Amino acid sequence: MDPDPNRPVETTIRTKLTEKFKPDHLEVHNESHMHAVPPGSESHFRVLVVSTQFVGLPLIQRHRLVNEALKEELSSRVHALAIQAKTPEQWGVDPALGKSPSCMG
Amino acid sequence: MNSLIRSTARCMRSGAAACLLRPADGLVRAASARFLCAAADLQKDLGEMVKKDKVVVFMKGTPAQPMCGFSNAVVQILRMHGVDQYASYNVLEDQELREGVKVFSNWPTIPQVYFNGEFVGGCDILLQMHQNGDLVDELKKLGIRSALLDAEKESK
Repeated sequence: MDPDPNRPVETTIRTKLTEKFKPDHLEVHNESHMHAVPPGSESHFRVLVVSTQFVGLPLIQRHRLVNEALKEELSSRVHALAIQAKTPEQWGVDPALGKSPSCMG
Repeated sequence: MNSLIRSTARCMRSGAAACLLRPADGLVRAASARFLCAAADLQKDLGEMVKKDKVVVFMKGTPAQPMCGFSNAVVQILRMHGVDQYASYNVLEDQELREGVKVFSNWPTIPQVYFNGEFVGGCDILLQMHQNGDLVDELKKLGIRSALLDAEKESK
């Protein structure tokens, strides 16, 4: 997928997660439109990362690794990051993307 | 203004002498020293806050009126397990708390859930624990019997 100059944050997230996790499967969804922010925002994201690097790791450690990879974005433009971090085996059993709850803000 | 009073009070309570130093260059440095002192005190307070209650949630809004879908999800999941009594802290009321808890937990987002003083995770993790049955087990370790166990029993 070519980087989209209109979506720099999404592109960066995709690049960083790909570099760090060499994922079998990666989805990056900008969910900002579901929240009380201006159109075109890149503040709320949902990511699904399927990687062998998660094997043997508890959820909290997997999420910390993802947070670490996106440290810069999370300390600046990204306010919310929903994470699903699965091993290839777990993904095989349940290949579904989670659904974010509706905004109440 | 309130948060400044609160942070000063936190500072005074711990008796930190550093806050009272008046360096030669005047107000700005004193304000920074006070700020740093307040921040350090908040970290110490958070250490106590997460241990004071079995279940502690840092969220946007309150359990009665969540102000964020992710925070609401945490409240609803806990409610499903019959956990209605827990300590909750509304980060929207206190900007220092909002930033301080992220530093304390080394976790960039809200909500944040603690069980017995240990950081569990945010909404995603709590949801997955609920879906895979781990949450029932973790609550049991806290001495809390999940309401879902009783619901299961009744349906048999």
